[in-house]
Amino acid sequence: MKNKFLELKNISKSFGKVSALERVNFYIKGEPEIVGLIGDNGAGKSTLIKIISGIHTPDCGEIYINGKRMENWSVVKSRASGVETVYQDRALAMQQTLARNIFMGRELTSIFGFVKSKLQFAEADRLMRTIGFTSKVFASDSAVVNLSGGERQGVAIARALYFKANLMILDEPTTALSLTEAQKIFDFIRQARKGGSSCIFITHNIYHAYDVSDRCVVLDRGKIVMETDREHTTVEQLVKDMQKIAQNNGKVREGINNARS
Amino acid sequence: MPDLKKKQNNLDRNQEFRRSRRGITKFLDNNRRALSVFIVFIILMLLFIIKNPKIFLNREIYEAIFRSLPIRIVLALPLVFVIVSKEIDLSFVSNMTFSLWIFAATVKAGWDPFLCMLLAILAGALIGLINGMLVVRIGLQSIMATIGMKFLLTGLVAGGSNIMPIPLTFLVDTPFYNTFAGKIGNFPVQMIWAVVALVIAMLLFNYHKFGSDISCVGDNLESSREMGINVSTVKTLAFVYVGIACGFAGVLSGLTYLSFYPKPGSPDELMLAVLASVFIGGTPTTGGVGTIFGAFIGACTIRFVETGIIEAGLTGFWTQFFEGLIILLALTSHKFHKSR
Amino acid sequence: MAGHRIYMITSISRFIEKNRRALIALLVLSVMMIIFLIINPQVFLNPLMYKAIFKTLSMFIILASAMVFVIVSGEIDLSFGSIVGLAGWTLVLTLESGLSPYLGVLFALIVGAFIGFINGIIITRLGISSLVSTIGMSFLIRGLIYIGTKGMGTSVVYLAGTPFYNAFIGSIWGFPVNMLWALGFVVLSVLLFDYHIFGAQISCVGDNLESSLEMGINVATIKTLAFVYVGIASAIVAVQFTLTNQIFYPGSGDGLLLIVLAAVFIGGTPGWGGIGTIMGSVIGACIISVINSGIIAAGVSYLFKEFFYGLIIILALIGHKLNEKRC
Repeated sequence: MKNKFLELKNISKSFGKVSALERVNFYIKGEPEIVGLIGDNGAGKSTLIKIISGIHTPDCGEIYINGKRMENWSVVKSRASGVETVYQDRALAMQQTLARNIFMGRELTSIFGFVKSKLQFAEADRLMRTIGFTSKVFASDSAVVNLSGGERQGVAIARALYFKANLMILDEPTTALSLTEAQKIFDFIRQARKGGSSCIFITHNIYHAYDVSDRCVVLDRGKIVMETDREHTTVEQLVKDMQKIAQNNGKVREGINNARS
Repeated sequence: MPDLKKKQNNLDRNQEFRRSRRGITKFLDNNRRALSVFIVFIILMLLFIIKNPKIFLNREIYEAIFRSLPIRIVLALPLVFVIVSKEIDLSFVSNMTFSLWIFAATVKAGWDPFLCMLLAILAGALIGLINGMLVVRIGLQSIMATIGMKFLLTGLVAGGSNIMPIPLTFLVDTPFYNTFAGKIGNFPVQMIWAVVALVIAMLLFNYHKFGSDISCVGDNLESSREMGINVSTVKTLAFVYVGIACGFAGVLSGLTYLSFYPKPGSPDELMLAVLASVFIGGTPTTGGVGTIFGAFIGACTIRFVETGIIEAGLTGFWTQFFEGLIILLALTSHKFHKSR
Repeated sequence: MAGHRIYMITSISRFIEKNRRALIALLVLSVMMIIFLIINPQVFLNPLMYKAIFKTLSMFIILASAMVFVIVSGEIDLSFGSIVGLAGWTLVLTLESGLSPYLGVLFALIVGAFIGFINGIIITRLGISSLVSTIGMSFLIRGLIYIGTKGMGTSVVYLAGTPFYNAFIGSIWGFPVNMLWALGFVVLSVLLFDYHIFGAQISCVGDNLESSLEMGINVATIKTLAFVYVGIASAIVAVQFTLTNQIFYPGSGDGLLLIVLAAVFIGGTPGWGGIGTIMGSVIGACIISVINSGIIAAGVSYLFKEFFYGLIIILALIGHKLNEKRC
């Protein structure tokens, strides 16, 4: 058994009085795997990934990469360890070209800092084709604002691909996408796993999660409440489990309301 | 839609929170920015009085200040509305000169001054309306469109009047003059009009639908539209309001300085000073929030500093330096307020 | 053959697509020139006319192309007029103390860059809106100049004809040197904006600040550099301004503020950040200068000059807006 690539131990994080995560343990295996992270709004999904990508610092807990404890975890360190986060399409600079977006912040430059535009365009073209966007409608020098939702998502993914991420984090990549476009994203994620990249896949949609993930992790109100391998469950079972969690949730809320009144 | 719901929840929570605080605390909390400027103002005044008690305890200096200050106040207050709506107007000074030109030319032609004043205000409002249309209907950015308008008006006034000054001294002691620029006892009437303008602006901003609409528009354009606010009308009205104020300020300045005199070239000093008083007052450029009373205090602060510096024995050359310093310091302090 | 032709067409349309905004400005300029030529061909075919235009054009061009960087980054600088004054004063002070004028230029550049740096620090570190803080900075510097000079101007007439003078605003084979400086500055700006990592990153910063931060762009440094660049441009302009007028007066640079901004906007750089065009700004500056001289030649009262500025600004903006909707 190889070392785990990423391991979070006893991570807690609160914003003011609101606690977003409570003693969460989470890991990504050494061999490539796809993990679906499921949860309601406010369950702590985005807090968790923001901690992994170094944007938030946890209040307490430890972060290990390949078994080595990391101190002062930050965006730079997270990048350096090969963690690449693909935010929703708001993370793109809309008026800039596709190529410029892919290489944003890590432009390919020659001496004196001049950008190798031709190389960037060529690479961008190649990347978009690898992912499966073969339409001739867009060129790598067209502005992102002219692209469809799926293509925009593709641009963000191409970033991760080019910089050979060990772990990709996809934040709700399938919302606002058509069915076929969503399928394309799934295909790409599977391909990336073959290429050696793990993936955390965040979604509301249980079916999407089940479709593509090797392992599903369910978050609820800052805690991991369930974790199953795809092989040990069916999608129906998963849905049932989720409903149970939601009911529990409802009961708790009722309780709170009663206490209030 | 969930976003809207979330927002609504937040609003409810805020209101609950606000209701839970009472009286003075609530007042302090709501007017924090304006009050911090007010404190700076008071400290400055005390410094001036200590440094030069003879002059600053003398009535005359306040008379002089109260004659020129109202023009700036009248201009600054409606600008808050435009800035809160996340737009900006850089044409107001030339609009004021334009209105003054209309006023002076018609008055000289022997028309009734009250009628002329109405014309000036209408002219100002019309320019405001055009500004609003350029921004809202055609979709130009306000900073660019109003720079264009500024040049247009400056040129129009310069060319149209042939930069010949029009003296207005014949108006002195007419009932019209006494209404707008006379004295009650020793107190200049202009200042009363400035206070009237303040009250109107505060009523509009804090208690009228227009004020709450414009705050929403500046805060979140999309959701305002979704909630059924007529964004275009609200923004246009803000520009028209500035225009009306320009018309009134133009007449006031004509009566105060008793002449219409288009300076060749385009002096930007008044423009920057008025904008500065809005910003010093605590209205940020990010839109959605603003304070009318702050702009009032801001205008007073700048005007008093200008006078105070000269009276404190420094040359007039120091005024700009201190104005700049105050702008930077005031903004830095607002910044710290916010982060707290 | 056919393939070749299609390639030609697509590359032309690509070119148009890429330079749309600058081309609109060029269209405005051409229409204006044609109108002027029809009204008064004698004056407008006379090279002397262009010599007069070139005298001030270089300053507009330098400032307008530097401003593109700041505006693309989503900020604005209203203090450059005062920086021109301060840098000019620095030059004059150096001259007065008997040092080499070239050293004076160096000091002026350092002062310009330093004020730009301070602007950048205030905006990026303290987080104050650039619109407001640069107004403050403008007052502060102008005040300093007035305090220091006691409001008095200084004549530098004695410089006329010296090698130093010729190096900055003389002429080579009848072509004004100040335009060569402007040309050099434009080339530098185009290289930086279109081909350098600085231009690429500043566009991203102005386009999507959040994501630029997430992608590891050092936003504060990039923005500060843009302000420094404007400061340097202001210093170059200050040297030209002082030499052209042969006098330094404390208010120098004051009138440049809105006219330069207008040139940038006419040129097709929008105020919201993320996109911009250096060539557009150059054309915008030409438009402004041509109106300046053209009005008189066309027989309209000089007093209406600003009216036509305003008219052209608004018309050009509307043109850009229509152009935007179509694409």
